[in-house]
Amino acid sequence: MMLIPCPWCGPRDESEFHYGGQAGVAYPADPAALSDAEWARYLFFRDNPKGPFRERWSHSAGCRRWFSLVRDTVTNEVLS
Amino acid sequence: MTQPYRLERGGLVDRDTPLSFRFDGREYQGFRGDTLASALLANGVLRVADSLRLGRPRGVFSAGIEEPNAIVQIEEPFPEPMLTATTVELYGGLVARSLRGHGRLAGDPDPARYDSTHAHCDVLVIGAGPAGLAAAATAASSGARVILLDDQPRPGGSLLGTGEHLDWVDTVAAELAAAPETRVLTRTTAFGYYDDNHVIAVQRRTGHLGALAPAHLSREGVWRIRARQVVLATGAHERSLAFADNDRPGVMLAGAARTYVNRYGVLPGRRAVVLTTNDSAYAAARDLAAAGVEIATIADLRPGVQNGEALPGWAVARVHGEERVSAVTLRSPDGAGREVDADLLLVSGGWNPVGALYSQAGGRLAYDPELGAFRPDGGCRQNLFVAGAAGGSYHLGVCLAEGAAMGGRAADAAGFTARGIVLPEAADPAGTPPAAVWTLPGGDPAVQFADLQRDVTVADLARATGTGMRSVEHVKRYTTAGTAHDQGRTGGTLTSGVVAELLGVEVGALGTTTFRPPYAPVSFAALAGRDRGMLFDPVRVTALHGRHESHGALFENVGQWKRPWYYPRDGEDMAGAVLRECRAAREGVAMMDASTLGKIDVQGPDAGDFLDRLYTNMISTLKPGAIRYGVMCRPDGMVFDDGTVIRLTDERFLVTTTTGNAAAVLDWMEEWLQTEWPELRVRCTSVTEHWATVALVGPRSRDVLAAVAPGLDVSRAGFGFMTWRDTEVAGLSARVCRISFSGELAYEINVSWWDALTLWEALLAAGAAHGITPYGTETMHVLRAEKGYPIIGQDTDGTVTPHDLGLGWAVSKKKADFIGKRSFTRTDTARPDRKQLVGLLPDDGGLLPEGAHLVTAAPQRVLGHVTSSYRSAALGRTFALALLRGGRDLIGQTVWATLDDGLVPVTVTGSVLYDPEGTRRDG
Ligand SMILES: [Zn+2]
Repeated sequence: MMLIPCPWCGPRDESEFHYGGQAGVAYPADPAALSDAEWARYLFFRDNPKGPFRERWSHSAGCRRWFSLVRDTVTNEVLS
Repeated sequence: MTQPYRLERGGLVDRDTPLSFRFDGREYQGFRGDTLASALLANGVLRVADSLRLGRPRGVFSAGIEEPNAIVQIEEPFPEPMLTATTVELYGGLVARSLRGHGRLAGDPDPARYDSTHAHCDVLVIGAGPAGLAAAATAASSGARVILLDDQPRPGGSLLGTGEHLDWVDTVAAELAAAPETRVLTRTTAFGYYDDNHVIAVQRRTGHLGALAPAHLSREGVWRIRARQVVLATGAHERSLAFADNDRPGVMLAGAARTYVNRYGVLPGRRAVVLTTNDSAYAAARDLAAAGVEIATIADLRPGVQNGEALPGWAVARVHGEERVSAVTLRSPDGAGREVDADLLLVSGGWNPVGALYSQAGGRLAYDPELGAFRPDGGCRQNLFVAGAAGGSYHLGVCLAEGAAMGGRAADAAGFTARGIVLPEAADPAGTPPAAVWTLPGGDPAVQFADLQRDVTVADLARATGTGMRSVEHVKRYTTAGTAHDQGRTGGTLTSGVVAELLGVEVGALGTTTFRPPYAPVSFAALAGRDRGMLFDPVRVTALHGRHESHGALFENVGQWKRPWYYPRDGEDMAGAVLRECRAAREGVAMMDASTLGKIDVQGPDAGDFLDRLYTNMISTLKPGAIRYGVMCRPDGMVFDDGTVIRLTDERFLVTTTTGNAAAVLDWMEEWLQTEWPELRVRCTSVTEHWATVALVGPRSRDVLAAVAPGLDVSRAGFGFMTWRDTEVAGLSARVCRISFSGELAYEINVSWWDALTLWEALLAAGAAHGITPYGTETMHVLRAEKGYPIIGQDTDGTVTPHDLGLGWAVSKKKADFIGKRSFTRTDTARPDRKQLVGLLPDDGGLLPEGAHLVTAAPQRVLGHVTSSYRSAALGRTFALALLRGGRDLIGQTVWATLDDGLVPVTVTGSVLYDPEGTRRDG
């Protein structure tokens, strides 16, 4: 079980958190202006790297705040 | 009762406390401090179980957790399968039998308690042998919080088996026990090493007491330990060698025999031949000789060894005796044979550092040719240190010094400064380096065993490499070597060595298999701890639960909630009860506890804007005092939840969700507010348990409400559909909403959770003259299905849009955007042949099973499936809802439901089967 640094509560057990997938995938400013392919890319396409990955977490059983961090998907080390 | 192989004195057993036990139907006696294995050996019982696959007789092979042979079933006091006799502490009244393969689980529930502890420490030391004790004592001297755990009943590790420095062990153990920030856990096995130094261990607290175990103590406890720094002092396991008939009872690891003599005061045999690749077996031979075992000869596989005690370069060619070793044929380097009488063949093929936890921690085990074993490579990313034999240091003085050094470094890394400790003097004699030997020449490979527990032989391994396998992982899966519950502790490295020989490669290049948790078998009961029975998952009940019970309700689980399912009267079955409840709601008046509906208070200047973005329909135009039905979608356009939205004031809304989705909807709101729209001034709070809600349903509901709410204008004009009023009901402050989930005239009355029972009783009393009838979730489902109202999660599955459900009217065309809007014009969501919600009328009047597939007649093509199916009192027949491909175009046509005994014709209808004109809504 990872120890995840919540920016508000400090390091807590992974079981207190909810995973939110890749970070930085913003809701498009004007979805109506996007083609089907562009919209599908927003909906369904996410990176899946072997190595550092910026991802979202929610401290759902704690302060309930969302934040993002960089985790190495090979070693589960939190890099920042 | 005599114990013919027990020494008069010596060892750590308590000869003043004899213990009676039974094994394979016979009565024996041992002493407190024995294991089942040592007690059996003391009674001359060395053969313990037949092997799994080949049924060959097998004997006690080791003295600890690495045991591959001595698998036993405990029968009393409580059945437990697949334990190793070498780790079962003896207690009076123990009844066990030998086990070939699978054991027997108890038929009765386990009466024992199990629990778990979360612990944090600065330094966790795993293993209380010489290195671990030195590490723990040094770390403790710094003031750091230290946990020392060890699988044995007492600290000492290998020293318990060699009998050295036990005074020092006792002194250190006493100091650690007295240290305020230190915790020593004995009978505790670390079995999992996870991310960020999270170590899981199981502590056996009372199992060793047998029937005398106090009931108030948990039998086993799981420790979940988060450690800043870890010192692995897990020691080493001796390994075997592959030679013909190396599995006969009486073939035993040399170190194990030494332990039986020194720790248990037991002779494993009378006359021994020793076969070794290293110096450690000589110490074993000396201790055995001192205890009275005749050492017939020592065959040392190192040709160059010159010590006057051994036959250099000699090997074992044959083992005689089937039930027990009777003689050993030795072979000299030039091929000469010599048969030696013996009842014991002590083997030392070298020592393997116990690297399982290091490997689990993400470290790599590298082959050390000088050591002839795999050991931690020192590059593990976690905050850990390795000390003593676990790192490949086998001399006692080195182990002690390493332990002290690593304990100090661990404390230092955790921010403390260790003082030194006093270590015992231990002279490390200069010796001869070990030889890495795997298979002895000659003999039949079909009886040269690499993995005793899985009966994997050199011949099996040769067959695997013969098929072209080159990876030890493939060989493992093909032969099952290393997959038994001993996880190849004595045979794993030997397997790698034999495979390397067969392939003609270096062992180091071949590598070893991956270690995964658990290091040792752990019972499910221990892992479950207290999370079983009533404590498995929280049970949520409404304020009216006790009243439902006294009504005789049966309950169904909805998420964690217990909801009344139906209220059978005397002699009524479910179908009868539901038909009666439905009739009451359609013809008279009925009521239901709707308190479990999720309720979220949404407040703030931007609340209307926020809800416009989340719901498919327009919310901001709702007037205070009014209510609107709303649908929420995911960005992919699929329905996520539905419910009502009440506008309380300009800046305050009360949103209801489905019972099962309440938490998910709140999470959903917070996610969007925090991550996408932080500029919106909105706050959301769950108020589900603030309000108890009773739905009052049926043509007579207005009369009942008027009776209990005299101050409320309940007239059709005065209290319109989809509006709400704050008023007094039954003398309680209440909020009444005119909404309907049945199509009938209906109200939802909300009062404080505390006042629910008062409200319920008042409605019962006021409705008595009209035959007011409590109803449950089944009736609710029938009533709503008759009206074609979908249940999100039952009639939908995450692939269904509002349009598929016929809810296109609830999707705003005016709003520029809302979550899901863009997806409604995707090619896929705009297809005309999507699955759509329709009604079904089975032609034969039967009840369709929910989930049944719907197909065309011929050729059979799947069109969809039944999502809801009921008997309807109002329709006087059975009906169903279904998701059907192009369903709305099939209305009036026949499709076929696939049942176990063939196809059944059903007629497709619109989804609204009852009162499609909506005439009953206003009473
Ligand atoms: Zn937090």
